[in-house]
Amino acid sequence: MAKDELNTFKLVGTRPDRPDGLDKVTGRARYGADFSLPGMLHAAVVRSPHAHAKIVKIDASKALALDGVKAVVTRADLPTGLTGDEWDLQENTLAGEKALYDGHAVAAVAATSKLLAEEAARLIEVEYEVLPHVIHVDDAMAEGAPVIREGAADPTVPEGLHPNVVKYMEFGRGDVEAGFAEADLVMEKSYKTEATHQGYIEPHACVGQMGSDNKGEMWVCTQGQWFIRKMSAAVLGIEASQLRVTPSEIGGGFGGKTTIFMEPLSLALSKKAGGRPVKIVMTRSEVLRATGPTASASMDVKIGMKTDGTITGARAEFRMQGGAFPGAPVDMALYCAFAGYKLENVQHIGYDVLANRPKCAAYRAPGSPMGAFAVESLVDEMCRELKLDPIEVRIKNGVQTGDRASYGPKFGSIGLKEVLEAVKDHPNLQAELGPNQGRGFAVGYWFNHNGETSVSMAIGEDGTAQVSVGTPDIGGSRASVSLMVAETLGIPYEDVRVNVVETGALGVNEPTHGSRATFATGKAAVEATQGAIKEMCRRAAAEWGIDEEAVEWADGAAQPAGPNAGKFPPMTIKEIAAKMGSTGGPISGHHESVPDGVGASFGAHVVDLEVDPETGRVTILRYLVVQDAGRAIHPSYVEGQYQGGAVQGIGWALNEEYVYDDKGRLANSVFLDYRVPVASDLPMIDTVIVEVPNPGHPFGVRGVGETGITPPLPAIANAIHDAVGVRMTHLPINPPKLLAALKAK
Amino acid sequence: MTKVHVQTKINGDAVEFLADPRETLLDCLRDHVGLTGSKEGCGTGDCGACSVELDGTLVCSCLVLGVEANGKTVDTIEGMATGNDLHPLQRKFIEHAALQCGFCTPGILVAAKKLLEVNPDPTEEETRYWLAGNLCRCTGYDKIIRAVMDAAAEMRQEVA
Ligand code: FES
Ligand code: FES
Repeated sequence: MAKDELNTFKLVGTRPDRPDGLDKVTGRARYGADFSLPGMLHAAVVRSPHAHAKIVKIDASKALALDGVKAVVTRADLPTGLTGDEWDLQENTLAGEKALYDGHAVAAVAATSKLLAEEAARLIEVEYEVLPHVIHVDDAMAEGAPVIREGAADPTVPEGLHPNVVKYMEFGRGDVEAGFAEADLVMEKSYKTEATHQGYIEPHACVGQMGSDNKGEMWVCTQGQWFIRKMSAAVLGIEASQLRVTPSEIGGGFGGKTTIFMEPLSLALSKKAGGRPVKIVMTRSEVLRATGPTASASMDVKIGMKTDGTITGARAEFRMQGGAFPGAPVDMALYCAFAGYKLENVQHIGYDVLANRPKCAAYRAPGSPMGAFAVESLVDEMCRELKLDPIEVRIKNGVQTGDRASYGPKFGSIGLKEVLEAVKDHPNLQAELGPNQGRGFAVGYWFNHNGETSVSMAIGEDGTAQVSVGTPDIGGSRASVSLMVAETLGIPYEDVRVNVVETGALGVNEPTHGSRATFATGKAAVEATQGAIKEMCRRAAAEWGIDEEAVEWADGAAQPAGPNAGKFPPMTIKEIAAKMGSTGGPISGHHESVPDGVGASFGAHVVDLEVDPETGRVTILRYLVVQDAGRAIHPSYVEGQYQGGAVQGIGWALNEEYVYDDKGRLANSVFLDYRVPVASDLPMIDTVIVEVPNPGHPFGVRGVGETGITPPLPAIANAIHDAVGVRMTHLPINPPKLLAALKAK
Repeated sequence: MTKVHVQTKINGDAVEFLADPRETLLDCLRDHVGLTGSKEGCGTGDCGACSVELDGTLVCSCLVLGVEANGKTVDTIEGMATGNDLHPLQRKFIEHAALQCGFCTPGILVAAKKLLEVNPDPTEEETRYWLAGNLCRCTGYDKIIRAVMDAAAEMRQEVA
């Protein structure tokens, strides 16, 4: 169905300029590091050069003796007695007894200039006793591996496993062994993916100010100001509501800016320095060593398939390390692994394992890309073996609305089938392939998320609308929320202004994460707008002397609802707003909830690539993203999410990885060595927006941010197999690795 | 360290500042002159977010010392528009949704402006290679390349 046949909206689905565009093309937009205050100090952080080491002594006397050095904080300055996640956050903010990874913060210092703070940091003497370390997940759970933290395991972990295994899960349904027995072909393979970083171009930055009364303020680049507030307050032992957090413009996050790293240090230093504001800006190397990254994974998958392509049984066992703290997204990886398939017999086993690496943070569809790499690679191989069309096999086994998901719940409305049909129709599939060229295909999935949401909106005296939202705008959400509010009110897009506000201005909001901003904030904004509309109808009814129920809202005006209501000319929003002061006061609407009706999103990618047999270098020739958006509110930014996600996935598949030396130190902590895709690596990224509206959202939105990073990992491995006949099971597929595989063929 | 008096012309205005000899031009622009439009994404010359023109040459301002700007002209993103008239590139970036977070945008615009001065009719490949030193993590570059080429086409028409 063409989108235009469905879309009867005036504004939703159009592509106006984004409201913050002018600020962002002129350099005016204020990001994290752009904020300064009078009297501000600058801070630097002392970080462990060891992967695992006991901290014997910290001596800051030389640093403090420097003129202009105002404060030093170490773990001894933070409260004790925290437990669980809060202890983890505190321990990651500043190491306690041990440094747990290369780059782990050990102390912080504030001084009158950045250069002075850096000099002072070099003068802080830390005595370490180096301990054995472990980096890779399989090594970390093997017998004899160094124990990172005794007693960190939760009760799910069975007896007898290494103490580094901190969480264990097992779930599924049916009888997988019976499923495999029914199959004509059973294949089992192991796969590995390496840790990658979100790679936002803006390093973390904040300015924090806190007095001896424990009242504080912070200006920070974050995906979620309330998360920063709650976490910083917990780490410092202060009350959340005494801390006011204002988000700056944000230079990318991809999940990596949903948590705290050095932010509480700015407050702790400020308090020690008599309440002077303290600015902390991370270097790129600090970003790579101590923030993000994602987990690395080691995975076994076994699938049984009949000759007609029917999958009869599937089993996944995933092991992931997410750094020195619990929280690798192994659960999500398992939930997503078989999400596209309708399965009677399926089993999942997962291990969350500690290693001497930075604490992993969410990265776009956390877990899903790894799971997809393993499962979609194996399904592709089996399709080849059985000479079946991989797209038809996905259609045959594909889940549809109402089916039970591999991970348990029943799917609401989903559009996997529509996505797969759209792939089949795309001209890219007809393109001729030459020698050493191949085509790969894979499916990806993300649940999407709702989360705590609070929005308020107010009608201005001139009949325009201002909307206060709590989700920072990373990729055009001001535009999409403006479109939805303007559509609901029946006023021009330009008459709405969406403001991203600080923690004091609204109830709690979860961050811009889980692809939730346009879904959850959008839904709440529409609800809030409906509240204001109701009030405007009430004002019109009062003036007309008719029943409130006899007034309806259409085309930006209150109107009598039907002929029985009486004959009155429409009362426009401008007229109502102009006299609201004398008809009952300000008109506003607000909405607070955890919006229900989340719509999951499936996507499918097709990549054409060429392998250079002499160097092992892979060149992407064509790339197609097809994904169900539910409804594209602003299609350009939906396409942008598809394209950006795909390219991050391409980087993960071909180049990006955390490389450690034999001492457990990160060997590639600059962009020159941690190489993300650049413009000359890529072709245009073709997109098709499929719209199977989500009935749980007033305009049908599903959320589009995350699914797109998932399919590239397997699609590229599948295309390489198609091109040169080798099956790469360990990402990234960089030139040396692929060349070695070609030579071994 | 004793500070050095630096005299420059920034976006057409005479500007003086005191620089610690260790500070980069990017530090000076952002911290001493108050021009925070140029961004630091890496500080090592790898991301292009700090791109400016120094005496007409496109440079990473994180790789230039502030004191080196003495007696030179510096052109930054803040000087790209003429008053309220945006440069065609700036307009096309908004129109094509060529930015998501916008953090790479100032550097990419400055670099792309130079490209179009050097080569008013770049191919897609030439555009991609020219901008290969400017990282964008959000967009996948597709819309950026389209915006640059569209701006180039418009500017060629204006000249013709
Ligand atoms: S900040 Fe200068 S190139 Fe990245
Ligand atoms: S738009 Fe975010 S880095 Fe380019």
